[in-house]
Amino acid sequence: MENTQPDLRGAQDSGFRAWWKDGDPWIWMTGGGVAISVLLVVGLLALITVRGLAHFWPADVVQGIYQAPGDEPMPVLAEIRSREDASAARLKSAGLSVDDGQEIYERLLLRVGNRDLYGSDFRYALNDWLVEREYPETVTVWERLEWGNLIGFLVDVRESGEVVATGDAAWEAFQTRQQRILDLRKEMHHLEKVEIGRINYELERLRLKRRGLELDQKLTAERDAAIRAKEADFQAEYQELEKQLVALHENMARDAIRVEVATGEQLTVPLAKIVRGYRPNAMGIFAKLAFYFSKAWEFVSDEPREANTEGGIFPAIFGTVMMVLLMSVFVTPFGVVAALYLREYAKQGFVTQTIRVAVNNLAGVPSIVYGVFGLGFFVYFLGGSIDELFFPEALPNPTFGTGGLLWASLTLAILTLPVVIVATEEGLARIPRAVREASLALGATRAETLWRVVLPMSSPAMMTGLILAVARAAGEVAPLMLVGVVKLAPSLPLDGNVPFLHLDRKFMHLGFHIYDVGFQSPNVEAARPLVYATALLLVLVIILLNLFAVRVRNRLREKYRALEH
Amino acid sequence: MSQTATAKPTMNMSTLRAGTKSRSMADEDIALQVKGLNLFYGQKQALQNVSMDIASKRVTAFIGPSGCGKSTLLRCFNRMNDLVDGVRVDGRLELHGKNIFDKDVDVATLRRRIGMVFQKPNPFPKSIYENVAYGLRLAGINKKRELDETVEWALRGAALWDEVKDRLEDNALGMSGGQQQRLVIARAIAVKPEVLLLDEPASALDPISTLKIEELINELKDQYTIVIVTHNMQQAARVSDYTAFMYLGELIEFGDTDTLFTNPDKKQTEDYITGRYG
Repeated sequence: MENTQPDLRGAQDSGFRAWWKDGDPWIWMTGGGVAISVLLVVGLLALITVRGLAHFWPADVVQGIYQAPGDEPMPVLAEIRSREDASAARLKSAGLSVDDGQEIYERLLLRVGNRDLYGSDFRYALNDWLVEREYPETVTVWERLEWGNLIGFLVDVRESGEVVATGDAAWEAFQTRQQRILDLRKEMHHLEKVEIGRINYELERLRLKRRGLELDQKLTAERDAAIRAKEADFQAEYQELEKQLVALHENMARDAIRVEVATGEQLTVPLAKIVRGYRPNAMGIFAKLAFYFSKAWEFVSDEPREANTEGGIFPAIFGTVMMVLLMSVFVTPFGVVAALYLREYAKQGFVTQTIRVAVNNLAGVPSIVYGVFGLGFFVYFLGGSIDELFFPEALPNPTFGTGGLLWASLTLAILTLPVVIVATEEGLARIPRAVREASLALGATRAETLWRVVLPMSSPAMMTGLILAVARAAGEVAPLMLVGVVKLAPSLPLDGNVPFLHLDRKFMHLGFHIYDVGFQSPNVEAARPLVYATALLLVLVIILLNLFAVRVRNRLREKYRALEH
Repeated sequence: MSQTATAKPTMNMSTLRAGTKSRSMADEDIALQVKGLNLFYGQKQALQNVSMDIASKRVTAFIGPSGCGKSTLLRCFNRMNDLVDGVRVDGRLELHGKNIFDKDVDVATLRRRIGMVFQKPNPFPKSIYENVAYGLRLAGINKKRELDETVEWALRGAALWDEVKDRLEDNALGMSGGQQQRLVIARAIAVKPEVLLLDEPASALDPISTLKIEELINELKDQYTIVIVTHNMQQAARVSDYTAFMYLGELIEFGDTDTLFTNPDKKQTEDYITGRYG
């Protein structure tokens, strides 16, 4: 018998045609798209992580002679911050007498510190010309409250002008005395920010109270006297604190150190001006690690110094988180209510559809436009009206009639409103009709069905909306510049003075901080690593906020899991 | 013409309904009366001048091919059609003489008296306990003891208590389809309605679950007036006392189940129950 098996081999295409028909090119193309996206994200994170985190590492300090041809040899004491290749032609045009025979020179960026002496913290130097290098263990770097870092050798430690220690003993004396200064500084900070801050706050309230009574023409002699009596109490308390403060200042001014810098000059620095001193060349890997983490911790937990180029960025982190939380509080109920009306109550027709399209398009409006709206409507109109109605005593100083935390949060709430509305609407549309009918058939009204069944079941969708809103709001900078963000806020929007949460205060924000430090800073080289470090923190803050929201959503989803099919 | 000559009884009712006797509407208490009911979806008429009486504490089945309006009619009894846009109803539908389409009727109260179970089990994504307690809480009952008692009573009534008494706090969505449908029935009877509307309650279930639901209907009919829509003629024959055959929005024939299945008046009815179409 003949074999009559059917031919199942398919079309006998070969070469390019078969490859094309197979779908392979699509797999490569789509896979390639994903791969490039992943690479970009990883690359971005890696860049800001490496550049940002490297900033806190205590680099070794090199001592050497900078021997530029035709110039006097110059002693140098510096950290090498970065290296790059530069062509001889470029260096020549910059006025350096380089050898034409050598095409490429390696150029170093040195952090020489001592801005008060040299005029700048940083300078460029050619690698080949920096000679006689050594790394002496006794070289010390001091971080100061002003003028940036000081790099030099400790000569002696003085108390009230008298030398108390020299040589090796001086380093130990410095460290113990430095600890004392840190304690005193902590005490002073508490005194200034908390105690005196409170008195100033109370005095301002009393002033406003008197002014308010005056405006209402109710300022009788007794009332005036009562206010004056309270003011006098606070003044007395203030005098007392002032005395303590002066004593602290004197106490702190007691000690000083004498430092010899690279050029051989000696200068006296009061310990009160020094934040810390360290000897990077003498540090082992563990000491460096410990130093690194303490610097990183200082960065996230401390207040900024020196035009935001030193110290930490805690107020900016706090301001960002605070604003995002407030925004969430405003946008969620508002967006959910709007979506409920659109999906549940409004008659589905041309008008509703138009509104829906309009809402979707709001998401595409450039954010600065929202900033302008916030400034015009919230700050000037609403804030101005509130000031006239409720805070006339403070005028002409605005209370709410100027940018502040409240207006910034509200502006961002409007900016992110479309996202929440769209996500919530989708969630509502996904709830099976059968479940609504079940509730209605048991004698529930529409409102009861909404509250008891529909809203809980659509809560994961609302959380999705909120997640998207948080991601967008936390990274937004442009509108904030118009409605309340500042370079340096004197106090946090949350403190111990009644009413604790001060919605009218201006605040700092990580996104704006990046812009400010990176582009408005007088000390560009010092600021650049901070831009990366701050960017890294901003990303981390957004990730953390999102992770929190995602966790909440997943819990809700788990609860209603079986319905999502 | 030759077809009329064939014998009329086409289904052996004795195997399906052992020991039941023919009933007559004249002896019954009437719970619901439909009088000249017309229903329109926009321009399309879905129910045409339907009139019928539903006997109290009996099971009435609606049968007919898909799209004949049997579910639409059922959903008129608790005014579920109110939720559909563009529905217009005229005629009367009376519960003990009171027209449920009157302006002064509160739909929520009506639905508490006329409960409904749907084709697909639709428990809420809550615990078993909370599903049954849902209607009670709506009615303002919040005392723990009262709730506990009624929930147990309803679950026993739906023949589910023994299966779930140890996991009342579990999510209802974790139950099997048959259990879910019985839970939904428990949820409906928990508010102690007078009428139970069942819209193809077993069509999404496996045969064993279907059997359990049918047994349950048999038990419940002593206390409730039951109206059931079904695709399955054997089911109608098994569980119902009265059967209505509907076709294209019209009530073609209505009578006691035995007579309708063994000796139908109309040729359309006969064609349908013998399986010539539908």
